[in-house]
Amino acid sequence: MTFTRTLLATSALVAVGGTAFADGHMASDMTLVSWGGAYQNSQQKAYVEPYIAMNEGVTAVWDESSAEAVAKLRAMNEAGNITWDLVDVVAADAIRLCDEGLAMEINPDEDLADAPDGTKASVDFGDLIVSDCFIPQIVYSTTMGYRTDLVGDTAPTSVCAVFDTEAYPGKRSLEKRPINNMEWALICDGVAKDDVYSVLETAEGQERALAKLDTIKDDVIWWSAGADTPQLLADGEVVMGSTYNGRFFSLIEEQKQPVAMLWDAQVFDLDGWIIPAGLPADRLARVKDFVKFATDTQRLADQSKYISYGPARLSSAPLVGKHADLGIDMAPHMPTDPANATNTFLYNYEFWADYRDDIDAKFQAWLAK
Amino acid sequence: MTSVPDTDAAGRVLSADGTPLKQSLNRALRRQKLRALALIAPLLIFVLVSFVAPILDMLFRSVENQLISDNLPQTVVILEDWDPNSGELPSEAVFEAFAGDLQIAISKKVHTRIGSRLNYEKPGISSLFRKAGRQVKKWDIPNDGPYKEKFADLNKGFADIEVWRTIKTYSGAYTNGYFLNSIDMQKGADGAEARPENEQIYITLFIRTLIMSLAITSLCILLGYPVAWILANLPSRTANLLMILVLLPFWTSLLVRTSAWKVMLQDQGVVNEVLVWIGLVADDSRLALINNQTGTIIAMTHILLPFMILPLYSVMQTISPTYLRAAKSLGATDWTAFWRVYFPQSIPGIGAGSILVFILSIGYYITPELVGGTKGVFISNRIAFHILSSLNWGLAAALGTILLVVVMALYWAYDKIVGIDNVKLG
Amino acid sequence: MVALTPISRKPMSFVVPTVAAAGAVAGIFVGAAQGSSLLGLLVGAALLAVIAVIVMQDILPERMMKWIVTAGFAIAGFILAGLPALIIGALFGWFFGWFAYWLFEGRYRGKVAPYLTSGQVLWHFTFRVICGAIFVFLITPILVVMPLSFNAQDFFTFTQEMLRFDPAGYSLKHYRDFLTNPEWTNAVANSLRIAPVATLLSVSLGTLAAIGLSQSHVPGRRAIMAILISPMIVPLIISATGMYFFYAKIGIIGTYWGVVLAHTVLGIPFVIITVTATLVGFDNSLTRAAANMGAGPVKTFFKIQMPLILPGVISGGLFAFITSFDEVVVVIFIGSAKLQTLPWQMFTGLREQISPTILAAATILVGISIILLTIVEMLRRRSERLRGMSPA
Repeated sequence: MTFTRTLLATSALVAVGGTAFADGHMASDMTLVSWGGAYQNSQQKAYVEPYIAMNEGVTAVWDESSAEAVAKLRAMNEAGNITWDLVDVVAADAIRLCDEGLAMEINPDEDLADAPDGTKASVDFGDLIVSDCFIPQIVYSTTMGYRTDLVGDTAPTSVCAVFDTEAYPGKRSLEKRPINNMEWALICDGVAKDDVYSVLETAEGQERALAKLDTIKDDVIWWSAGADTPQLLADGEVVMGSTYNGRFFSLIEEQKQPVAMLWDAQVFDLDGWIIPAGLPADRLARVKDFVKFATDTQRLADQSKYISYGPARLSSAPLVGKHADLGIDMAPHMPTDPANATNTFLYNYEFWADYRDDIDAKFQAWLAK
Repeated sequence: MTSVPDTDAAGRVLSADGTPLKQSLNRALRRQKLRALALIAPLLIFVLVSFVAPILDMLFRSVENQLISDNLPQTVVILEDWDPNSGELPSEAVFEAFAGDLQIAISKKVHTRIGSRLNYEKPGISSLFRKAGRQVKKWDIPNDGPYKEKFADLNKGFADIEVWRTIKTYSGAYTNGYFLNSIDMQKGADGAEARPENEQIYITLFIRTLIMSLAITSLCILLGYPVAWILANLPSRTANLLMILVLLPFWTSLLVRTSAWKVMLQDQGVVNEVLVWIGLVADDSRLALINNQTGTIIAMTHILLPFMILPLYSVMQTISPTYLRAAKSLGATDWTAFWRVYFPQSIPGIGAGSILVFILSIGYYITPELVGGTKGVFISNRIAFHILSSLNWGLAAALGTILLVVVMALYWAYDKIVGIDNVKLG
Repeated sequence: MVALTPISRKPMSFVVPTVAAAGAVAGIFVGAAQGSSLLGLLVGAALLAVIAVIVMQDILPERMMKWIVTAGFAIAGFILAGLPALIIGALFGWFFGWFAYWLFEGRYRGKVAPYLTSGQVLWHFTFRVICGAIFVFLITPILVVMPLSFNAQDFFTFTQEMLRFDPAGYSLKHYRDFLTNPEWTNAVANSLRIAPVATLLSVSLGTLAAIGLSQSHVPGRRAIMAILISPMIVPLIISATGMYFFYAKIGIIGTYWGVVLAHTVLGIPFVIITVTATLVGFDNSLTRAAANMGAGPVKTFFKIQMPLILPGVISGGLFAFITSFDEVVVVIFIGSAKLQTLPWQMFTGLREQISPTILAAATILVGISIILLTIVEMLRRRSERLRGMSPA
């Protein structure tokens, strides 16, 4: 029932959206930028395919360049030739792109669909709209997982196990960037969760985090691609490692590997769309039309059928169902599930937008030592 | 038949059509030159336009620095009169100009980029500019001054002389700052000075790149020479079959080969498993073959080996085996015959292979990235990092320029010693 | 070079200790795997000594004896360590059977010059073993890639099932994915659309320029050469970014011709190097002779020069083709989503969803190149035979 209603509502909205741009011609090609892999697949299934089915003649091409989105958008902007129409980025990149004027500011209530019960989009997304340019899609967590057969009798229960090389000898994999690692280092060095960012703001705090990381530096394999940690865990190459909760879900539930994941101090983060600034009118019209459809309540809920990331809309949460192939209930695997969220660490976007350049420089120099 | 005089009145030699021979020869030479140039011209123009121009354009970024002078125009001008060594903050006029400039920069959304740019020189400025950006846009300039206090209240960073010194130092339209940075130096109070020790990485990286490339080149010679020899000395039928073994990896994607080495070399990988299985290595002390320099060297030696074998092979094919037999029949031992007769003739092949392997390896980036961990990466990985992640394109360009100069110098030296004509590929 | 030296049977004092020593070496490893290297060494040496003695008695026909040894080792392997060891054992058995007869019958002497001392013969074979090891090193990755491409799991891991030769550990699903998934098929199509054109361009421009460069009086030859070779020298990441900005300015970024141009430039140094190298040995009096006999420059080029420098042109073309076909850094920058080439697809495949599909792709490519190389080799032999150049 809900589905039909939403569908009707959306088609009505699409119609309205259509008239708004009636005098402008809508481009028929879209280049969507995303991360590839299972995540992109979930987007393809949940909103691109339905959209194309509804709009005959429209084609969408994927470009798996989200990891370099900031660099490439900056270069495109400099060259005055924007070839992308819609870009999937993490919230921190969205803030950066918005600050530099590379992403277009949006008006949530006008550009995004209302919830089925009429709640305005700005309320439905709420705090997750962390930047004027950001259109949230999903919430995810970066967390720690371990090989159940390599950790001995006492399985780790806390994220700090990663720093405990005596109880859990072996290699561990961490992301090759300061974000998340610095926070975990401080938490495991005895800093209270609420104080992490105020400590990390100071040079001494940064030194302290790096010193903590230094204790395991020789045991770390640094990853830079989302597929690395699952592969390393599957090989038994590392005892534990960090990656996104969706990756763990597929590793554990789909690939049946002897791996378990922790819901402790997992870093809660967002991923969403941005529209590049400076699109020609016809392409902009098409993209706005698509985004409105792709981020409505039902579409975001549909996406969770394919991947264990939580929909960014409050109104989508009750619609989360079962996995499309495995038939398991998806809600308990979502980072938004209350049982999982008890120990969540809240990621501070503003802090990282401000300090990313500073800390990145120090972290990279430390890494190269 | 008309007879043409061989010499003219002045005694100059004449050619068949009666023009002086010298002139005629010159003309022929000129025509030959023109013809040669005409043959080269299309490609030369093509390469200049589609390759050299883009590279120069890119390298030019290593000195460009218009961002600050263009976007803080008034501040930069007034700041010229300020002496950073006076120990005092700039005057109120500077702060007021800065507030005005910043407000315009914020509306153009470039203030964060100025912050990032200055942050390369003094970490901390990026956050300063970003935080200021959220407040300054609300100010009513020039009515709600004094701005010196306002900025100091906003963030104590603005009351730091070093911040202003950095802005002043990098206010020119061109800078050598990126180049200083790429040799672990910075512009300090009294000109160039060394960076703090925990920020020095580039010299180490350059040296590491050179040493590892040398190691890879030597290994390639060591492994490539016997193979090229046997290919050149077997009957062509067998040699051609074996040649397939050399060419096959060449036809296999670089990415696939690198991943295959990952599977081979990792702790639980094929090599370690076999060594443990046959008992050469204990289970708890497996060899660390990957995510370090060993991994990079093994994988890159493998990838670049065909580039050594092919030129060596083509040179060795031209060395007649009769020389060796002659040497031996004159009483030379196997070793002397090889070392004194065969080896010198194969040097052009070694030279060609080495220069090829060395130059290719020095600029490698994907393989070290995948198997090199943190200790086995090259300067190119750093360049890629600055281009794709830290967005410090100026520094990437400076590092690239230095790398390019090193490679060009090597190329020049090689051309002097061996001659570029002696490079052969298959 | 067949049978340079008459061969003769060798005495027991030479054959038995040598074969036993080989057995001892193998025994050390097998012994270590079973817990005691010393025991393995002794057993290996003893076993092989016995086999050598039996071989030398010449009771059984050679072929039958070899089969017996092979089967014996295979069974022993199976008893010791299961199915995988059966194959290893069979290989060992086959090798030892061959080795014993090779030594006993003195066949090793057959193909080397008669005047060599035994030390030189030993070195001759040691050298070949070393070369063999290097060849193995060269094709190791391919040996790893092929079995992994049949992995039933979605990881680059030799699973327990695979090592036990359990059919459940193997699957063709990655091949199915490669052949049916439009992402992969489009990538192959794009690569095939780009690489040949880029190769053709770089070969034709490069050959012309190389001929120009090989003339005796070219002003600024070194400088020109340096410029033409520069695409090979400049680190790819710098080229990629440089071209990115520049091509964007002139509006060919993300277009088919943009990628073709970039790949052409990258292939040119290889063509220049190979063709100039063949031209170094080129006798210019041939072209003069042709001109003398009334051939125009074009005719001289195609009838005289081209056939002689063709090997250089072809190998340059091969290098250029590979450069384009295997290039990932530049195409990621210059290309667009619609122009994803095979390496690009592999790169994203590796980075975002490590999937053995790229191994299946690689195996298929290797298979195709083996077939191509073999066909080329067979054609060459055939034409040689037709021209009566080969003794066969």
